[in-house]
Amino acid sequence: MRYLMYTIGDDSVPIPPPSPEEMAEMGKFMGEATKAGVLLATGGMAPRSQGTTVRFSDGKFTVTDGPYAEAKELIGGWALVQVASKAEAIDWAKRFLRIVGRGESRIRQVFGPEDMEPKRA
Amino acid sequence: MAPDIHRAIDAVWRIESARLIAGLTRIVREVGLAEDLAQGALVAALEQWPESGIPDNPGAWLMATAKHHAVDLIRRNVRLERKTEELGRALEIEQELTVPDFDAIREDDIDDDLLRLMFISCHPVLSTEARAALTLRLLGGLTTDEIARAFLVPEPTIAQRIVRAKRALAGARVPFEVPQGADRAARLSSVLEVIYLIFNEGYTATAGDDWTRPALCEDALRLGRVLAELIPNEPEVHGLVALMELQASRLRARVGPSGEPILLFDQNRARWDQLLIQRGFAALRRAEQLGGAFGPYVLQAAIAACHARARTPEETDWQRIVALYDALAQLTPSPIVELNRAVAVAMAFDPAAGLESVDALTSEPSLEHYHLLPTVRGDLLAKLGRLDEARTEFERAAALTRNERERELLLERARAAELEQRS
Repeated sequence: MRYLMYTIGDDSVPIPPPSPEEMAEMGKFMGEATKAGVLLATGGMAPRSQGTTVRFSDGKFTVTDGPYAEAKELIGGWALVQVASKAEAIDWAKRFLRIVGRGESRIRQVFGPEDMEPKRA
Repeated sequence: MAPDIHRAIDAVWRIESARLIAGLTRIVREVGLAEDLAQGALVAALEQWPESGIPDNPGAWLMATAKHHAVDLIRRNVRLERKTEELGRALEIEQELTVPDFDAIREDDIDDDLLRLMFISCHPVLSTEARAALTLRLLGGLTTDEIARAFLVPEPTIAQRIVRAKRALAGARVPFEVPQGADRAARLSSVLEVIYLIFNEGYTATAGDDWTRPALCEDALRLGRVLAELIPNEPEVHGLVALMELQASRLRARVGPSGEPILLFDQNRARWDQLLIQRGFAALRRAEQLGGAFGPYVLQAAIAACHARARTPEETDWQRIVALYDALAQLTPSPIVELNRAVAVAMAFDPAAGLESVDALTSEPSLEHYHLLPTVRGDLLAKLGRLDEARTEFERAAALTRNERERELLLERARAAELEQRS
């Protein structure tokens, strides 16, 4: 099973670029998860203010910068892990948070090949 | 007990058990005893954690608990049998217990223990089946029941297989070490073989109506990725990982809506998993960068990579695939490799040339009951317009396969050949 784990930050507090210590912490987590064979991919998100929203309704596209303010949450970094259960994904999120010291991590299942498998009769 | 905590403990076990058993085997020098101690620690966790909560460092907690059990056990044996050398060992273990911070145990040591455990689980004194079951149990953290379900055999069969395997290892006094020198290559290839066997068991169920059991593929991939980090300098390990990543990338595309198998040529390549393909390419690059002649896994991964790079079967670099199969046939000559090479020859040059190579294999005794031989032959005959012969071959293949859905597919092709002939 695949899970996307991502950290959540508060957009009202500007997030400074990660310090060397934080980078080292991330590196430690990635090393641990890679050695355990569960880490498929990781990445980080640019600030939401640099983002763009593309909408399509009634046959018309609208492209706007942002969003800037309406959403309360900001996705920071993310990691895609392959694990045997949701409980295991939760455990990896705990390991991550323990390394970084504090914060909030969200977990969402990403459907993989096993979810396409025809159910046994 | 709340099911959540139960699930959380299962997850801790999945993550920690291999390292736990590996570390314990180093201390008690016997993999069976080490696993018993680890299981004992798990039982203690199941009793205590629902009350106390999961400790901050669950791995260290399990290790400390298991070590206490080990000391108790050895002391009891010493009292019973007055073995003084055992007392020395009990003291050693006690000494280890006094290490105040388990994080202080060097990561490298744990890695070495894990690698030793892999080599032991795949030791040649064990049957291939036993190696696979033991590896999933000790290194994959699977329960006996999970292994039994994956291999479609009754649970007591697997339980007995594991008990016997542990007894065989103890009886043969297999040392807990990473083999060096001349032995190393053969022992490593046994480890790779076991991991690939687990993968294939999931990739193509040999019997029954279930085409794939992807959970086993994931278990094998996980073991392979772990091994690649433990011994990063072995090209064949990366070759195996690359091969599994690339094959797993097609899992989604190889089963149709009603569970019928879809062969490589007919797969919707948009459904191939690009993430796994990229991971496969990366693992193959790591293998290639290490240099040296390509081993069998690197060659097979390179072949899989040719398919992964092509947007359509026709765009595939079939000539390179023929060359790679030539190299593979030299390293590991086998009728199966020849058969695959014949398919590539048919694509790179023409069906008649491929058929010629296939026909050379029809007298091969080891392929007598192999359904893919008549499948390939039928395919090439159909391409050459020899539909009556093609139909016979598809029917023969259908009678040989043990996979229900594949049988349906083959019978359908036989009917199609018949219809085309009539029209």
